[in-house]
Amino acid sequence: MTESTEVFDADIHAKAAEIIGRYPVARSALLPMLHLVQSVQGYVSQEGISFCAEQLDLTDAEVSAVVTFYTMYKRKPCGEHLVSVCTNTLCAAMGGDAIYKKLAGHLGENGTPLGHEQTSGTPGEQGSITLEHAECLAACDLAPVLQVNYEYYDNQTEQSAVELVDALRKGERPQPTRGAPLTDLKSAEQQLAGFFPDEEQFTADVDGPSAAEETLRGATLAQDRGWVAPAMRDEEANHG
Amino acid sequence: MTTEDLLAGSSKTTAPEETETEVPEGHVKLVVDGEEVVAPEGELLIRTAERLGTVIPRFCDHPLLDPAGACRQCLVEVEMNGRPMPKPQASCTMTVADGMVVKTHRTSRVAEKAQEGVMELLLINHPLDCPVCDKGGECPLQNQAMAHGRSTSRFVDTKRTFPKPLPISSQVLLDRERCVLCQRCTRFSEQIAGDPFIDLLERGAHQQIGTAETADIFDMASTTSSGTPFQSYFSGNTIQICPVGALTSAAYRFRSRPFDLVSSPSVCEHCSSGCALRTDFRRGKVMRRLAGDDPDVNEEWSCDKGRFAFRYANAADRIRRPLLRDDSGELVEASWTEALRRAADALVAARDGNGAGVLTGGRLTVEDAYAYTKFARIALRSNDIDFRARAHSAEELEFLASSVVGTTPEHVSYASLEKAPAVLCVAFEPEDESPIVFLRLRKAARDKGTKVFHIGQWTTSSVRKTLGELLACQPGGEAAAVDGIADHAKDLDAALSSDGAVVLVGERAAEVPGLFGAVQRLAERTGAQVAWVPRRAGERGALEVGAVPTLLPGGAPVADADARRALETSWGLDAGTLPAEPGRDTAAMLAAAASGELDALVVAGVDPDDLPDPAAARNALANVGFVLSLEMRPSAVTEHADVVLPIAPVDEKTGTFLDWEGRERPFTVTLEGTGALPDCRVLDTLAVEMNADLFTQTAQAAWADFDRARVPKGTFGTPDVPKVPFGTPPAPADAVRLATWRQLIDNGSLEADEPHLADTARTPVLRMSRVTAERHGVTRGEQATISTDRGALTLPVEFADLPDDVVWAPARSPESIRGVLGAGHGAGVTLAGGAR
Amino acid sequence: MADPITPVLTKRWLSPNSWRLSTYEQLEGYTAIKNALRKPQEQIVALIKDAGLRGRGGAGFPAGVKWSFMPQTSDPARPHYLVINADEGEPGTCKDIPLMMADPHSLIEGCIIASYAMRANHCFIYVRGEVLHCIRRLHAAVREAYDAGYLGNDILGSGFDLDITVHAGAGAYICGEETALLDSLEGRRGQPRLKPPFPAAAGLYAKPTTVNNVETIATVPYIVNGGSDWFREMGTEKSPGPKIYSVSGHVENPGQYEAPLGTTLRELLELAGGMKDGVPLKFWTPGGSSTPLLTADHMDVPLDFEGAAEAGSMLGTTAIMVFNETVSVPWAVMKWTRFYEHESCGKCTPCREGTFWLAQVLERMVEGRGTEEDIDTMLDVCDNILGRSFCALGDGAVSPIESGIKYFRDEFLALCEDNKAKQSDSALVGASA
Repeated sequence: MTESTEVFDADIHAKAAEIIGRYPVARSALLPMLHLVQSVQGYVSQEGISFCAEQLDLTDAEVSAVVTFYTMYKRKPCGEHLVSVCTNTLCAAMGGDAIYKKLAGHLGENGTPLGHEQTSGTPGEQGSITLEHAECLAACDLAPVLQVNYEYYDNQTEQSAVELVDALRKGERPQPTRGAPLTDLKSAEQQLAGFFPDEEQFTADVDGPSAAEETLRGATLAQDRGWVAPAMRDEEANHG
Repeated sequence: MTTEDLLAGSSKTTAPEETETEVPEGHVKLVVDGEEVVAPEGELLIRTAERLGTVIPRFCDHPLLDPAGACRQCLVEVEMNGRPMPKPQASCTMTVADGMVVKTHRTSRVAEKAQEGVMELLLINHPLDCPVCDKGGECPLQNQAMAHGRSTSRFVDTKRTFPKPLPISSQVLLDRERCVLCQRCTRFSEQIAGDPFIDLLERGAHQQIGTAETADIFDMASTTSSGTPFQSYFSGNTIQICPVGALTSAAYRFRSRPFDLVSSPSVCEHCSSGCALRTDFRRGKVMRRLAGDDPDVNEEWSCDKGRFAFRYANAADRIRRPLLRDDSGELVEASWTEALRRAADALVAARDGNGAGVLTGGRLTVEDAYAYTKFARIALRSNDIDFRARAHSAEELEFLASSVVGTTPEHVSYASLEKAPAVLCVAFEPEDESPIVFLRLRKAARDKGTKVFHIGQWTTSSVRKTLGELLACQPGGEAAAVDGIADHAKDLDAALSSDGAVVLVGERAAEVPGLFGAVQRLAERTGAQVAWVPRRAGERGALEVGAVPTLLPGGAPVADADARRALETSWGLDAGTLPAEPGRDTAAMLAAAASGELDALVVAGVDPDDLPDPAAARNALANVGFVLSLEMRPSAVTEHADVVLPIAPVDEKTGTFLDWEGRERPFTVTLEGTGALPDCRVLDTLAVEMNADLFTQTAQAAWADFDRARVPKGTFGTPDVPKVPFGTPPAPADAVRLATWRQLIDNGSLEADEPHLADTARTPVLRMSRVTAERHGVTRGEQATISTDRGALTLPVEFADLPDDVVWAPARSPESIRGVLGAGHGAGVTLAGGAR
Repeated sequence: MADPITPVLTKRWLSPNSWRLSTYEQLEGYTAIKNALRKPQEQIVALIKDAGLRGRGGAGFPAGVKWSFMPQTSDPARPHYLVINADEGEPGTCKDIPLMMADPHSLIEGCIIASYAMRANHCFIYVRGEVLHCIRRLHAAVREAYDAGYLGNDILGSGFDLDITVHAGAGAYICGEETALLDSLEGRRGQPRLKPPFPAAAGLYAKPTTVNNVETIATVPYIVNGGSDWFREMGTEKSPGPKIYSVSGHVENPGQYEAPLGTTLRELLELAGGMKDGVPLKFWTPGGSSTPLLTADHMDVPLDFEGAAEAGSMLGTTAIMVFNETVSVPWAVMKWTRFYEHESCGKCTPCREGTFWLAQVLERMVEGRGTEEDIDTMLDVCDNILGRSFCALGDGAVSPIESGIKYFRDEFLALCEDNKAKQSDSALVGASA
């Protein structure tokens, strides 16, 4: 049996304990804890499963059952970046299928397109990219969309997507359309576990752009046309 | 009744008959397929329909598991308050309600089509391999597909395939293609057994049953899987409740067709749980055993030992002919006549000399044990008989005489465990020592809110899975712990004082001086009922028939002249014939045999390594003048025997066990005509050779004779409550104290020849606290050794929450602790790192 | 008659740094809790009932009625929980994520009021994991709210305590189903639970629990401030209030349009600048892929709960996906069916096996290897899934297929005809060989 302490240091043990502390019942910590495990290894390994099982007094089978249910838990090592292309119907019709196909071909080697959840480059090394097709990413008005490490790159084209992954492969980190300055998959996973960078960086991240033209369209149109919701009566507004 | 009739009947729902059916309190009235029915509140529709004779097809539903509603096979139409529910409802999850109108597939086309639809969907990915499937012929899916399915498939695309079979333990193999994902196996493991080592993996159409080993998780280190296999004492139940052929047993796989088998109800011979089993055989050979359905005892479950450990009876070295030791000292086959003559002569000589003692072991049926009892008293004219082939004490015997013999399920039963507000386990490890008691305790704790307490050394699996509370004490300190409950565990004391509380005492209590007295004081103070749960199937029955030095059949004391007189009358003996002096117990007999105070020993299924001092036992067997062994297979006893008489295993005889409750568990012969003789028949004939009549030619005769002869203990007064002093054993200087008991699956002699079962045994380890390990230079995961001046035992180390300077070791995994160390529970041993 | 667009929830989105507490406070933020925390709990529940606020997650169940199912007393042994369903994943749906990104404090203020009304002291926001920026904004907003005393102990001196935990999911559409969400939040596979017991009786940790959608709860502070009459000035009698319509696909100006319930597609298309490049409309969904498709014939259906239902669909999440004539219906249906197959949790037979089967038939059909019989088989399989599966995912899965075949059977038939033609061609080739 592998001692999970070899892989997960005291800091991760402390973070695991902190996650457990957020919930009235410890087992609720499992999903964030698996994100935490991914932030260390870039995927959920056997050691990661045993680590969570030990922290939460579960069997490895119970943890494996959860890991294999959710698509965000990757079960083999991933690239520095995870590129997720929405290929659900609407994005697909707007160009998402073509983008995914293009990227798969572009990132593949020797004429073999890169498969779903396969990695271009050596997992974990700089410029390595894991490609996946994703289900609806809740940005349909900005279709077609893709994400890098779960940050949005909206209104993509085959060309913009290729330029994006080429930049990633060169070690560059193009700014997401909506989101914080790009980091890597492991850092994203740590944030999903609820651990954020220090105050200054966190504020900068939080203030990363979000106000897409599409998001604001209705509000902008109303402003332009002078349309408003019915006014609240004063007494209600002030006191009720 | 035709469908038309039923449909006509359903009109009753709109115009109910004039005469109102009486609805008792806690019941409701509803209409199922036009028939008015009264049902208890909370009953599931699928059961109500079943009571009316309508079997609604189902897969995930199981009456002993929490409802799941997953397979959707049991859909019916339901109307409430005159309004039809918009969708068909799963009858396995919906409970009855007053005024409900239910239409099953018999009267509703909607329900029928829904069921046909689900059946078709279940079959699209199911392989058409019934002809080679173990389940074929007894398969719910096959049966229901024949009854409710389409004759052709509309599915023309590609079926889902998986590599197969996938071993999820050495004993259970998984075929994921056949699986219909009803989750009975995972729900059983989680809910009933408390062993969630199998679970659902993946999702959607890729969903599958698996273990941590089978999950598709990349292993960076070795690319081989790590994790835990399906390690459960109860894994075999999942095979039995699987409604398809997805889970098969390594032992039975491809060995037989269900329709070639003959089934015989049977009773498990392994422990005192008393499980009803079903033994399936073909051409004189047992092919498999299944759990029987006995709601009062094992419900529908059995442990893996009961299910799989039956091959010993077919072992190649089975003794089928009498053996005599020849002049060269070798055992050679002989005729029954010759062997019986030789044994009778030797025993008569011994009887007339210093005497002969009888060691019966704990494996006998009531009838066989009775024959030994009567044989000792009449043929050997002695009370030197004891069934306790394990650590024992005079205190224990007094406890058994005063508190156990004569009790029936009306005293404490499985049902009373479920009803109990609290159960205290003392020196008893239920999962290892009586697995069905364990399951019932878990059920009581999980479903009925029973609080389970354990006086022991560490938080064992039994403690965890009974949602229990541990009162930790030193091994040997249990008596003090029990006496301390009033002052130190007031919540437990209060719980035990509430109506229906139960105290369960295990066989290990005999190793702790003063414990029985403490338990009786506790019972007297709190009013809790006390029950004794021996480990072996025959112990409770052997006690009842008087296979002990102080009691007569039925439990009356040997020392009681009136009781003796009554028995003499019943047995047709002259007054004063029966020996009046209490006999020797097992240890005393062995000591007497070794020193020449006894001239002979009659030994039934006894393994010297189970005895308190195996070395002394071997010495006694070697030195006593004559040893008669009644055995199935060569053993440490036959090694020293002068005559060996073969006897029948349970499959080949009729008999009765008394389970721990005192419940009679009769069974009849499964394999007829093998020529093997039960102990009672062999003893009857032997006695005739010695001019004594036992009237135990058959089990039936033996039982009838016992029933006539038994003198209940109450008839002639009750022995005194034992008053044995106790003290916490002195702390060992540089030693640690040993805690030990037998694990369910170990190297017991009835587990022979079943390697798949053996592989599921828990890994033998030494358990101790981190502090203990540090103090003695021992490292977790590495080897350590416990030793006495007799010998040493080396095992890998694991940490557990034991008291400091206590080490736990399995009693017979792989070796006998007593055999190697000459020490038992509570003894001081030396602990050191590394192997010896 | 309200204006065509009625910015209530979306009003602040135009402000710079709209996600910050300071912005929120400048724009009347956290005034509703001051109002609410003074009132008896029952009065707030009654207000939400009177307003007729219906759940914005798709089913449209009256929120006030749902709240009233919670026990009306506090028992320390049985704490109450509010759980926010922010697992937005229904294809086409993209309203909650922008709302939480742009104005997270409106959700938090709604959580405080709703928790107070239902006597919950712990609220969980279960947000899908793939939306990191949104999760980040939520964490930041919750921190700000704690620092300002809007969360924690004795909020604004009211004696009411509330903790909010932001919980990231891990990629499973089914977790949008409220009982699956609860299992997931408990650290399990997100598979739906048996009902009864309903969450209000035994939800999270088997304690009384209410699960509400983001948009529903974010609406609450406005109702508290504006009153039920004000709220009912927008929308229809049975579907009052404003609603964020997410218009996507082949339109000139896709985006979020907050309009009164009952707005029609024709009106929404007008707001969105019409069909992209003038290519005519072919089909659309009123509220995500689980709501049956509608066509150009349904342009004037009032998009409220009743109108959508009368037209044979459902309002769902008001995710208006617009497809023009260039899109093949069988292809679109096949893509959606693959989605349902991928997202089926696997618990029940009809959904697990049915979506597996239907996806294969549709893939085959789109590849030109379908038969007319396949169409009937698919409809019958749909009939065997609809209303037979454990939860609504199965029902949703058959929506595009049944409605697609209903309105565009000819397109499916055409694929089969092509197939037939190909087969007879090859037979001729074979015969001549």
